[in-house]
Amino acid sequence: MPVLLSEEHQIRQPEDVVLVRQAVRQKAVELGFNLVDQTKLVTAASELARNTLQYGGGGTLRLESLVDGLRRGLRLTFADEGPGIADIEQAMRDGFSTAGGLGLGLSGARRLSNEFHIDSRPGEGTRISITRWR
Amino acid sequence: MERIPILKMGEYLLVTIQVDMHDRLAMTLQDDLTAKIVAARARGVLIDISALEIVDSFIGRMLADIAGMSRVLDAETVVVGMRPAVAITLVELGLSLTGVRTALNVERGMELLRRRIAGRNEDDAGSA
Ligand SMILES: Nc1ncnc2c1ncn2[C@@H]1O[C@H](COP(=O)(O)OP(=O)(O)OP(=O)(O)O)[C@@H](O)[C@H]1O
Ligand SMILES: [Mg+2]
Repeated sequence: MPVLLSEEHQIRQPEDVVLVRQAVRQKAVELGFNLVDQTKLVTAASELARNTLQYGGGGTLRLESLVDGLRRGLRLTFADEGPGIADIEQAMRDGFSTAGGLGLGLSGARRLSNEFHIDSRPGEGTRISITRWR
Repeated sequence: MERIPILKMGEYLLVTIQVDMHDRLAMTLQDDLTAKIVAARARGVLIDISALEIVDSFIGRMLADIAGMSRVLDAETVVVGMRPAVAITLVELGLSLTGVRTALNVERGMELLRRRIAGRNEDDAGSA
């Protein structure tokens, strides 16, 4: 699938999560997503960026504008080299948290996206990619 | 240090969140608000989030924690001005904001606070 444009952001400190939200908003506006879809994308990005920082010890976000025939989409890929997730199914469950959180970040980000992929290996890291189509 | 201002208006505290808060700033606001409720003997807290473009699980938890904490300190909290797109997204995220009272805007929020605080004063008088 053709990727029109791609950019990368570092996620190292809490302020970077704010910058990620702003970058995703800007890209979603550029791609012509409506306000509700922009809000869903930014909210999902905020959850995943925070996880990258909090559990992954920091990492990166890659933003990609996609074209598929007449469709346009935005793909966000969060990657870290942290401890990884041993039981992905459990981590994806609503309410599951190892940090006293609400346990809504992963499951919520999946609901807010059209496509969701997670690849995580204990000791190696975590890569999560979400796509929303316009 | 960067901080969200808390205004005192009579027996109420008013917080207008105008910036996209990073998590540390949100935690600071929660701590400041707890201290201020006690110091100002506030009966009500109004949090205006009309400028917020998103509410994620962290901010949602902060709002719920503030509401719960203020209740323990004998103050009511009302969150006002949530944007429609934010409300729609919250539902899909799975966040229910249980225990958080909401109102359309500052005026309605004030009205709600006044009514609830008046109701509580009556209860107190009745049981005395
Ligand atoms: N990048 C990651 N690396 C390692 N573990 C992770 C990562 N992302 C999530 N996890 C694990 O998955 C669990 C669930 O994550 P999720 O974001 O759904 O909830 P939470 O962060 O605990 O709470 P919330 O996001 O609602 O505040 C986390 O508690 C953590 O144990
Ligand atoms: Mg999370």
